[in-house]
Amino acid sequence: MKLELRGITKKFGTFTANDDITVVVESGQVHSLLGENGAGKSTLMNVLFGLYEATAGQVLIDDSPVQFHGPGDAMAAGIGMVHQHFMLVPVFTVAENVALGDEVTRAAGILDLEATRRKIREISDRFGFHVDPDALVEDLPVGVQQRVEIIKALVREAKVLILDEPTAVLTPQETDELLNIIRQLRDAGTSVVFISHKLREVKEISDVITVIRRGKVVGHAEPTASAAELASLMVGRSVSLSLEKEPATPGEETFSIQNLTVLADNGQVLLDDVSFGIHNGEILAVAGVQGNGQTELTEAIMGLLDHASGKVVLHGENLLGRSVKSIINSGVGFVPEDRSTDGLVGTFTVAENLVLNQYDRAPFARGMNMRGSVIAENAEQKIGEFDIRTQGPQADAGTLSGGNQQKVVMARELSRPLKLFIASQPTRGVDVGSIEFLHRRIIAERDGGTPVLIVSTELDEVVELADRIAVLYKGQLVGIVPGDTPRDTLGLMMAGASADEAGAIDIDPVPPTDTSTGTPVANPEEEHGNE
Amino acid sequence: MSTATTTPSSRTGSIAPAIRNWGAPVTLAVLALVALVGFAIGSPHASARFRISADADALQVPDVVLGTTLVGWITAVVLLALAAYSFALTTRAQPAPRWLVPAFAAVWVIAFLVWVIGSANNPNVYFSGLIAGSFTLAIPLIFGSLSGVLCERSGVINIAIEGQLLAGAFGAAIVGSITHSLLAGVLAAIVASVVVSMVLAVFSIKYMVNQVIVGVVLNVLVAGLTSFLFSTVMKDNSSLFNSPPSFHNIRIPGLADIPVFGPILFDQTILGYGMYLAVFLVWFGLFKTRWGLRVRAVGEHPKAADTVGIKVNTMRFWNVTLAGVVAGVGGAFFTLVTSSSFNKEMTAGQGFIALAALIFGRWNPIGAFFAALLFGFSLNLSFVLTILGTPVPSQFMQMLPYVVTVFAVAGLAGKSRPPASNGIPYVKE
Repeated sequence: MKLELRGITKKFGTFTANDDITVVVESGQVHSLLGENGAGKSTLMNVLFGLYEATAGQVLIDDSPVQFHGPGDAMAAGIGMVHQHFMLVPVFTVAENVALGDEVTRAAGILDLEATRRKIREISDRFGFHVDPDALVEDLPVGVQQRVEIIKALVREAKVLILDEPTAVLTPQETDELLNIIRQLRDAGTSVVFISHKLREVKEISDVITVIRRGKVVGHAEPTASAAELASLMVGRSVSLSLEKEPATPGEETFSIQNLTVLADNGQVLLDDVSFGIHNGEILAVAGVQGNGQTELTEAIMGLLDHASGKVVLHGENLLGRSVKSIINSGVGFVPEDRSTDGLVGTFTVAENLVLNQYDRAPFARGMNMRGSVIAENAEQKIGEFDIRTQGPQADAGTLSGGNQQKVVMARELSRPLKLFIASQPTRGVDVGSIEFLHRRIIAERDGGTPVLIVSTELDEVVELADRIAVLYKGQLVGIVPGDTPRDTLGLMMAGASADEAGAIDIDPVPPTDTSTGTPVANPEEEHGNE
Repeated sequence: MSTATTTPSSRTGSIAPAIRNWGAPVTLAVLALVALVGFAIGSPHASARFRISADADALQVPDVVLGTTLVGWITAVVLLALAAYSFALTTRAQPAPRWLVPAFAAVWVIAFLVWVIGSANNPNVYFSGLIAGSFTLAIPLIFGSLSGVLCERSGVINIAIEGQLLAGAFGAAIVGSITHSLLAGVLAAIVASVVVSMVLAVFSIKYMVNQVIVGVVLNVLVAGLTSFLFSTVMKDNSSLFNSPPSFHNIRIPGLADIPVFGPILFDQTILGYGMYLAVFLVWFGLFKTRWGLRVRAVGEHPKAADTVGIKVNTMRFWNVTLAGVVAGVGGAFFTLVTSSSFNKEMTAGQGFIALAALIFGRWNPIGAFFAALLFGFSLNLSFVLTILGTPVPSQFMQMLPYVVTVFAVAGLAGKSRPPASNGIPYVKE
């Protein structure tokens, strides 16, 4: 089946998400849409799938125009979509999820799930999916959930399969499996639209690549094009893909966590007896597939979670059990993983957001009063220093683009002397240009002698920043390995294999220039390089 | 000891501080102590007589006579043991077995019953009648809970059950009186309740007003409106506007004479039999049919339902409307069965007890049925005990159903999981 999008334009109010986009997907082809977050790829696919109505333009199937008024129409026409956030009901079984909307019924609308189970087994066997139709979806790993989504499309006899950022939640091994599945599907005659911002995967799987930037098609490329070419096409200027950084010169170990265990309200173990330390002037990056305890790790350190036990020691003092405010005041900078809900107050101004952690202290406050002029001065200075693109310090933070919002958060957290810097997903949803800038700031903080803890689900970012890499799997620390560990090895560890099994060296802990042994009872007066 | 990496295989064996919920063991312990002090130590040293068969029954079962002291001590010991077991389990962070709370509740109720009957001026109760009365009182609660199940499974919070029931009761009374027709009365009840439902549906689905607020406002509105109409129209002309006909029991000969179970299963009004049918149909519909699968999907993850072509808001609208139909029948029960006329605010908070039954029953029609029965039983017990004349002041007895509700929902229901998108309006981008 040949699918053509001709001159698609989609506007949200005054904002043009898609501007006259034309894409042709030939039968039995893997066609990649490459673009940064926010370039308009997902919008385009939602138009195609009937979730949005296009402002202008046409969708053609086998050269005849079609009109979709909802996802039902799109599926009836043979288009299946695997959304970035899975569209599965967690408390339903696989069979119920697959049946939903396309149920096989006996008389009087009584469900015949057996028929659906049979179809699932058939497809599962044909492609080697290993999916149990009676498993509850919430109990399945994300990789399997994604296969359930693919089965959903195949049961509906999709001729075109759209995969929206399918690898965002997968380990490298799962990604490889997915790419294999895509090849099988293509060979069986299904067209695949592969949406991604990850150059490596796009190069590996595509027959044709279309690059989208700011809602427009900016070019086509062959899969043989180099990563640098693709990146510059995607960003619109040449970018350096690898970060220059000096080797770390780790100092004393001033921060450590010992036997940290975190439970959920229902008693589920989210973080299981995790211990590690970070030296001054060192970046420890935590790798792992999303949802393996990384969020809980950072939030527990910040005192945001109940049910945490163990020790979080900074300069000899245990932070666990102290209030968030007291932890912040003891010199911990924290960039939360979701800037829009936890990092910023969208309806506050940029200037206000820049002092959220210090608004009640000198120099920003005197007694009960906040000092507007000092806050404004601070804002002007940070906006310049971090190159925050805003209409001005009085603009609402919510009106900024993702990258600039992240710069606001980063500017705030890095604007005072720190004893520990924690950044969770520091560049999620940030454009490539800003990523480079933010990474440089993080490394500058390290070089200033602060211990830095980075949590990222983007392996590229982990490898780029880390001096040492800790891998979390199901709340347990699988191991700590050197920053130059090959990504295949990391991938195995992210799937639960120990460092030994994965063929890495588990450094336990790294001892380079550090002479201190024993529990870090360093005296609090002795502060290194935090100026 | 330096900060060591603990690999999954070499756990250090530190004991994880598990999450312990002390609500259940503490509640059980308090109740067990109440039983010990009140029913065992405070036994009236009398005997309680439970009559199983009525004098007219063909099959005669001998009366059960129980000594209050003996039963008081036995049950107190059992209850304390169960509470201790619950404490032990919680200390070890183990989940309580499913039978624990129901078993505790059953033993406690037996202890309480024997004690309270034994201390009454007339220590003699017709047990079958007590149970049958409980069912009668539970029927509108069950209809109300089913209304809640239908709404909330599709993702709309229904606080307006009280208003639906009251509107139904009023509609049935006034139309039934004018037309002298039971059928017309029931239909009017359904229409009145559906109107309430549709207001809820429009405001919560289309205009996305906070659903709890809409529900509360509707309850106040219906109470005010029916009270106003009652005093301006009905009161002065009650023979014309407020004397609806009543449903009569349809007794299935033979089967209705089975002790205890006969009256509740085989001696009911059409609405009573309809209740059993409604519970089954809602359960079967929700869990065995295409419609039910879609309803549950819409209540759990509306976007997922939308992406497979299910019209989320349409589905929700009709579900809320259907909930109105069910609640309307429950409302009709007040004026066409239990009472022979409408009275101001006659539902007296039973819509809220129905809501509690829905939560206690974990959004499941069968669970809601049994929860409503428990509340119906406590309601009836308070009536019966007031008549028998007990040492407990009658005002306290009238508090009983509400106390049971609070304990059931707060202390013993545990963590029940509502539909994930309950109360969240669905907006298409």
